[in-house]
Amino acid sequence: MAETLGGERLMDAVATASKADLTKLEKQLLGEIEKAGNLATLEDLRVGTLGKSGSVTALLKTLGKLPADERRETGQAINALKGRVSEALEARKDVLQDEALARRLETERADITLPVYPGPQAEGRIHPLSQVWDEITAIFADLGFAVAEGPDIETDDYNFTKLNIPQEHPARQEHDTFYMKEKADGSRLVLRTHTSPVQIRTMLSQKPPIRIVAPGRVYRSDSDQTHTPMFHQIEALVIDEDTHMGHLKWLISEFCKAFFELDELRVRLRISHFPFTEPSMEVDIGAEAIGKPGEWLEIGGSGMVHPNVIRACNLDPDRYQGFAFGFGIDRMAMLKYGIPDLRAFFGADLRWLKHYGFLPFDVPTLAGGLSS
Amino acid sequence: MKFTLGWLKDHLETEAPLDAILDGLIQCGFEVEGVENPGETLKDFTIARVLEAEQHPDADKLRVCKVDTGKGTAQVVCGAPNARKGLIGVFAAPGVYVPGSDFTLGKAKIGGVESMGMLCSERELELSDEHDGIIELPQSAGDHIGERYADVMGIGDPVIDIAITPNRPDGLGVRGIARDLAALGLGKLKKEDLGFAGKGKFGSPVAIELKFDKKNADACPVFAGRYIRGVRNGPSPDWMQRRLRAIGLRPINALVDVTNYVSYDRCRPLHVYDADKIAGNIHARLGKKGESLLALDGKTYDVDGEACVIADDKRVLGLGGIMGGEESGSTEETVNVFVEAAYFDPIRTATTGRKTGINSDARYRFERGIDPQTERLGVNIATKMILDMCGGEPAELVIAGEEPNPRTVITFDPARVEKLTGLKLKNADITGTLKKLGFAVEGTGDALTVTAPTWRPDIHGAADLVEEVIRIAGVDNVPVTPMHRAPGVSKPVMTDGQKRLSRTRRVLAGRGLVEAVTWSFIPRPDAELFGGGQQELELSNPISSEMSFMRPSLIPGLAAAARQNANRGFGDLALFEAGQVYSGDQPDDQRIAASGIRLGTSRLAGRGRHWSGETKSVDLFDAKADALAVIGALGFDPAKVQIVRGAEGWFHPGRSGVIRVGPKNIIGSFGELHPQILKTYDLDGPAAAFEIFIEAIPQSRRKSSQKPPLELNDLQPVNRDFAFVLDEDVLAGDVIRAAQGADKALISGVSVFDIFQGPSLGEGRKSMAIEITLQPQDKTLTDEQIDAVASKIVAAVKKATGGEIRA
Repeated sequence: MAETLGGERLMDAVATASKADLTKLEKQLLGEIEKAGNLATLEDLRVGTLGKSGSVTALLKTLGKLPADERRETGQAINALKGRVSEALEARKDVLQDEALARRLETERADITLPVYPGPQAEGRIHPLSQVWDEITAIFADLGFAVAEGPDIETDDYNFTKLNIPQEHPARQEHDTFYMKEKADGSRLVLRTHTSPVQIRTMLSQKPPIRIVAPGRVYRSDSDQTHTPMFHQIEALVIDEDTHMGHLKWLISEFCKAFFELDELRVRLRISHFPFTEPSMEVDIGAEAIGKPGEWLEIGGSGMVHPNVIRACNLDPDRYQGFAFGFGIDRMAMLKYGIPDLRAFFGADLRWLKHYGFLPFDVPTLAGGLSS
Repeated sequence: MKFTLGWLKDHLETEAPLDAILDGLIQCGFEVEGVENPGETLKDFTIARVLEAEQHPDADKLRVCKVDTGKGTAQVVCGAPNARKGLIGVFAAPGVYVPGSDFTLGKAKIGGVESMGMLCSERELELSDEHDGIIELPQSAGDHIGERYADVMGIGDPVIDIAITPNRPDGLGVRGIARDLAALGLGKLKKEDLGFAGKGKFGSPVAIELKFDKKNADACPVFAGRYIRGVRNGPSPDWMQRRLRAIGLRPINALVDVTNYVSYDRCRPLHVYDADKIAGNIHARLGKKGESLLALDGKTYDVDGEACVIADDKRVLGLGGIMGGEESGSTEETVNVFVEAAYFDPIRTATTGRKTGINSDARYRFERGIDPQTERLGVNIATKMILDMCGGEPAELVIAGEEPNPRTVITFDPARVEKLTGLKLKNADITGTLKKLGFAVEGTGDALTVTAPTWRPDIHGAADLVEEVIRIAGVDNVPVTPMHRAPGVSKPVMTDGQKRLSRTRRVLAGRGLVEAVTWSFIPRPDAELFGGGQQELELSNPISSEMSFMRPSLIPGLAAAARQNANRGFGDLALFEAGQVYSGDQPDDQRIAASGIRLGTSRLAGRGRHWSGETKSVDLFDAKADALAVIGALGFDPAKVQIVRGAEGWFHPGRSGVIRVGPKNIIGSFGELHPQILKTYDLDGPAAAFEIFIEAIPQSRRKSSQKPPLELNDLQPVNRDFAFVLDEDVLAGDVIRAAQGADKALISGVSVFDIFQGPSLGEGRKSMAIEITLQPQDKTLTDEQIDAVASKIVAAVKKATGGEIRA
């Protein structure tokens, strides 16, 4: 169509070769381009003018027939015309493409309220015990403690005797010990009743100065509202030549403040009795830790390591001294996060785990705040 | 240990208020477990006399009383049947809070008659459950009209309950507590009442013999007693009954009450026999097989050869240090008595106590170790009390054996106090404190000779003395002293295993699994099902059969948890646990495992039905991906593990695999759970699970923090697809390995993108399409080069698997 549209007239124009005709022609072509309503029409126009057999192309081809003196001037005019038509085609193409995109976008509409999968990291949870364990580790790491471990199934010697709890000591009864089946030689292993055997293992295997924390699972034959037969403890042990009770007070205070993320937190040590420490002290913290100022909360036990324990580990108690400080990880988690029931920790109820658990990337760090 | 403030003041001269006493107790190491202060609760209740009691005009059961309250006459309408003229009772005026009814009294009109207060029953004052009538006080109380009821009747005495740690038997007597408080400066310890000081009027008709061989002589090294004739047993005096009731004991009769009282007052257990029921003399000896005792608790106990018994010439009278016998006990009719005060060995007492299961106040004291030098004292105190309350004539005191004299002598450098506590104290204060606590201190300077008092069996060495000093000086006064960090760069605080454990948890939680923590002990059938159940892993005293074997695997716990959650309606779940499992009872047999279970549609992408696509159930590949994700996150390239068949029997045999590195190092396994396991755990399948031992994953060998240099290749990689027709048993891993090996330099990747089985391939055949990525090294590959590699790949796969390139 374009061929017939502009072609003959162009031929005429060339034939007359008048500048005015070319101008008129250009105006006409530009008008048609401007009117092109879609990309297909525009493409037809391009082919009909600038294509291999397009009219402008054909016009150029006629130049050779012109006398040499006209050829140059006419050539320039036609080439200029070609340039402007080409530009107009491109410009119109841009406009039409924009319009087409706009129309397409107009039709491409999704229901943006459709729900997406929340993603695995939103579904998964870290158990509060693991979270609190990571928090405690971060604090002790900052205080320069290394983590030590021992087995759950312990010897009577490590769990009791070396910790200055001889066979008939009344404290043994208080421990509600789980025993393994008796062996052929009459000996019985125990499920450790506390993490303190790790003190023994550490002191037997490394020389002072010692600065460790021993976290782990412990067992007592006790099951009621507030006791589970399995729970978790962590204890800190420092053995060197001059660490004293003042350092113990400092450590407990620093630890508790860091853990509960409070600048001001009261700590009270109450004289008590544990066979493996002397002096021995219960550890209370101010209940401001859980938003109840004025009251006290018992969180654990502490004391200066008993000389008999140091001696049982082949160290000289006249030279070496130090402290131990232990508490329940489960209890700390309950206090800090307002979890009411210890037994639910081990119930694996998905609803509980989702509610009290932590997101996988809530990694507690001192740099970023333990619980924020 | 319970006692009242008034009782304490028998031994401690003090003006200190109750709160100061309580703080002092805590400082001494006596944890205050509770305080009841009836004087406070009842302070508004006063003594009143009923002047008149008339029948209520409109109600049969009510009386209108005129009551003398001491401040005037009040009209009170009362429903109690015993409300009558002349009764002395307990009055509450309007505005008083009545604890037993939990309301505050107002002025009221009852049946149209004004009532200006009330006369109270014991229940209304929370004194007992008695509510049949109002309290009737003795007429002697009529001298105290208008005064506070609690004060006049002596029930206002606060009751203090403290916890006694096993090292402090002396705290099981009120006097021992008073001694500590006096040392603290809360008063002065009063001179001790030593009881009957006379000689006795006649020789003892009952003799005591200790019949032990040398080896067992410590079972009862000393035994003292006194015969008292002509006593009149009856109720003990009010003050004693009140104190016994206040601490939760039931008054019985004077003779019995005296023994209980002295036990609590001085930590000196005693026994009183009805001397007329003793045949011959009293012996302390070991029990004999076949003997038994009908004890005071009404139960009969068999005696064994380890128990220390008290016997007469015919039979066993009591279990030494634990409980006396019913038949020889004193009753209302008892006329002649024999008072016993002996020392019984703590360990033997504890052993017999455990065997018999008897928990008595005597056992509690003897097994902790009472002051072994209080036998004469005990007899004399009891003698005096019995003579005072019951009359009678005392015989001479008899004693067998010798009072043990555990002189614990410690050479003590007072500088130990500061060394161990950081608190600097004057030497004079240190020795002063020790002396106040009953220690003998001799010498000066850095080598004091300190002798522990006989009532402190817990004192053995210098550290014990430091505790004595510091508890009196106050732990609160110990200066807080910062610890210095060890010099140098901080070392990793966690062991490698702990780091892995922590990371494993985050990886699995990041893959949508919820962390559970389940019991370390599981039921026997579960343990056996998962390769455990060895005898060495069996508890001898489990809480229940559900918790009787140490777990060999985490999967049974997770499977049980999955069932419970599914039963609650949450069956689309993904749980994991990371923790210890046990293959034996030695330390090395405890390993750290990480396991996960996915149920229903709980896959990595999400769970449940979703508009975006078809819902797919979990399968073994979900579990495999979880396991490999952990391995990768712990620094080992998952492409380098081998996946082989032969997973444990709790997995589906054909849809499970073992993950290993080399033939020996088994890292774990994964798969769909065996249908039998699903049935056992009542799970609607499929369920996919894995278990890996995180410490088995090889450690990265790289020691430096430097990463190898990055080598970039400007030449574009080229991809080519191949489809092989294979026997259906051929493993993808074998195809990949063969293809990979065809030209290790050039082939940088192999992936499987299609598996197809169909009739066109023939029975037992499958097609597997793989994409090979070639990475040119120096220059762009020519078509010839690519064809050459392709031929090598086809040949290698054919050689390894018999597969033919698909036409």
